[in-house]
Amino acid sequence: MNALLFAITLALYLAATVAYLAYLVKPREALGRVARRILTAGFAAHCVYTIDRYIEAGHTPITNLHESLSFFGLAIVGVYLACERKYRTVILGSFVTPLALLILSASTSFPAAIVPLNPALKSRWLAVHTVMAFLSYAAFAVAFGAAIMYLIQERFLKQKKLGAMYQKLPSLDILDEINYRCLTFGFPLLTFAIISGAIWAETAWGTYWSWDPKETWSLITWFVYAALIHGRLTTGWRGKKAAILAIVGFFVLLFTFLGVNLFLPGLHSYK
Amino acid sequence: MEIIVVGLSHKTASVDIREKVAFSPTQMEKPLRAVVERPEITEAVIVSTCNRVEIYATTRDIAGGMARIKRFLADYHGISTDALEPHLYAHHGETAIRHVFRVAASLDSMVVGEPQILGQIKTAYGYAAEFKTSGIILNRFLHKAFSVAKRVRTETKIASSAVSVSFAAVELAKKIFGELSDKTVMLVGAGEMCELAAKHFLNNGVRGVMVTNRTFERAERLAEEFEGKAIRFEDLFDQLHKADIVLSSTGATHFIIKPKDVEEVIRRRKLKPMFFIDIAVPRDIDPKVNDVENVYLYDMDDLQGVVASNLQQRAEEAKKAEAIIDEEIGQFYKWISNLEVTPTIVALRSKFDEIRRNELEKTLSSWKELPPDGEKRLEALTNAIVNKLLHPPIAALKRTGQGGRTDLYVDAVRTLFDLQTGEPEAGELGELEE
Repeated sequence: MNALLFAITLALYLAATVAYLAYLVKPREALGRVARRILTAGFAAHCVYTIDRYIEAGHTPITNLHESLSFFGLAIVGVYLACERKYRTVILGSFVTPLALLILSASTSFPAAIVPLNPALKSRWLAVHTVMAFLSYAAFAVAFGAAIMYLIQERFLKQKKLGAMYQKLPSLDILDEINYRCLTFGFPLLTFAIISGAIWAETAWGTYWSWDPKETWSLITWFVYAALIHGRLTTGWRGKKAAILAIVGFFVLLFTFLGVNLFLPGLHSYK
Repeated sequence: MEIIVVGLSHKTASVDIREKVAFSPTQMEKPLRAVVERPEITEAVIVSTCNRVEIYATTRDIAGGMARIKRFLADYHGISTDALEPHLYAHHGETAIRHVFRVAASLDSMVVGEPQILGQIKTAYGYAAEFKTSGIILNRFLHKAFSVAKRVRTETKIASSAVSVSFAAVELAKKIFGELSDKTVMLVGAGEMCELAAKHFLNNGVRGVMVTNRTFERAERLAEEFEGKAIRFEDLFDQLHKADIVLSSTGATHFIIKPKDVEEVIRRRKLKPMFFIDIAVPRDIDPKVNDVENVYLYDMDDLQGVVASNLQQRAEEAKKAEAIIDEEIGQFYKWISNLEVTPTIVALRSKFDEIRRNELEKTLSSWKELPPDGEKRLEALTNAIVNKLLHPPIAALKRTGQGGRTDLYVDAVRTLFDLQTGEPEAGELGELEE
């Protein structure tokens, strides 16, 4: 049942990605609608999958890499669908859905079996900490997509190469706005994820902060995004600079999430 | 009945000819009535714009009808036919239909894809409808032309890009700023191009206009016109940060706005983007300004480059439009070919039936010892004979109605059986549509 739901989700995400990429080639309104419907269906299937797994496992299913990647994908699609609803920029989907598909496919390369929870993790903080962390990751992922689009569009405008792609991409203003909104949504979540993690660490391991690689890298990620928000609010880092930082931030974040788990042994290495 | 088109356009006649044969839009009744009064012409629509003068008409006699309209155009405007003839084109049948569809879809325009022509044809048709010089065929024809034009507009990108420098500037601004409603335009210097571009920006909803000029009075006058604010030229760099879009066209021989100034200004704006449009030749703004972060500078050449590539794109879209027109011509041509088949069939049937009934009556009235069911049987016999005789010619007519040269068969049948068919009735038209 669980495996079937996962397969359905993956297939729908694949179909949605194809539809969104087709929209990039031929931006017809009807095609955009179809793409959104497929993605929404995939999102629904993914939600059911996650809930089903929660019931079966008896705890929040974000305890190993398979589950984390799956939940990351779910959060990205959720944040993206909200964004599309608000900004009506279907073409953003052409950049974000492939990312969600990639992440969900990556989750298949890790064992999907439900394993009993490590006693150290048995806490209600598990849900709070992980869900907030991945929602913030998802917001930053959408910001990343918008930032890439911004850089492409900015390059077209600066170099005066106003081809078909330029016509299809939205205005710089909207892309910058999406970048900013995602940042202001993701940053507080990341902050709370780190704080809740510290509190949880105190109850589980007896210390708030132990400079484990995950903690260190989370802090680095937090500083990158804090710098970006600070720059935006005070000296007006917007446009190109903000886009570049959003991209840099996302790569740091990916390392915090995946690199640390895979390469740096520590308390957070749940494979 | 054939559709014919006679006229001239920017492609065949220079403006001095075109203005001579143009019709005044306020007095269309007289020429329209004059055209349909000619015996060869049954319906007429006159389209007269600054780029073309065309008469669409229906006639039974193609050559005669065309000659009539040519003579009418010359006589009405007091020009000799010989002087006018080389500029005129005349089409009939499928070529005429294609021509009008292309004109309505703006494929024959000077600027391909410009939207005005459709409205102009609609107005022209409006006059013809008002003075009842257009009938069933032209009504149907022009409505078809309008729907073809609409299809071309929605299914191709023929009119989706700017083909004038000022429109190109507005489109670029929209790609940078999204909404223009909270943006301010600053005019540096006052040239005609600059004013035109400023007007386009105002039409697209910018919030305010600032004007500066070396002669302050001039700036004030222009500011008043745009309901904007005049600024002294010395204060340019104190005020520049308030502008999102800068239109420059001074007569200066050196760069007025340099990268250093703009860096300063953009810092004051907290890196909010700026769009500089340099319409002046020689240029007012150092091209290096484009390298400043979040600043976009387009000069006249850049904008003309945008326009040129848009025009090229339109040319490509025009090919798709031609394909749509091909498709629609097929449908319409079938309809018009069919138009005369049904009335002819009806006339043929009633002619045969009339003869049958007359002869039957004669026989019945003189036949004394008719058996009880005799009348019924004779009726059946004669009916069967008539139906069997009529079956092959009617089938042949219906077949030709599916396309091909119907008029040949229709004419032959009419002549052979001496049929009088009037104009097709509206009711029959409905039937034919299926």
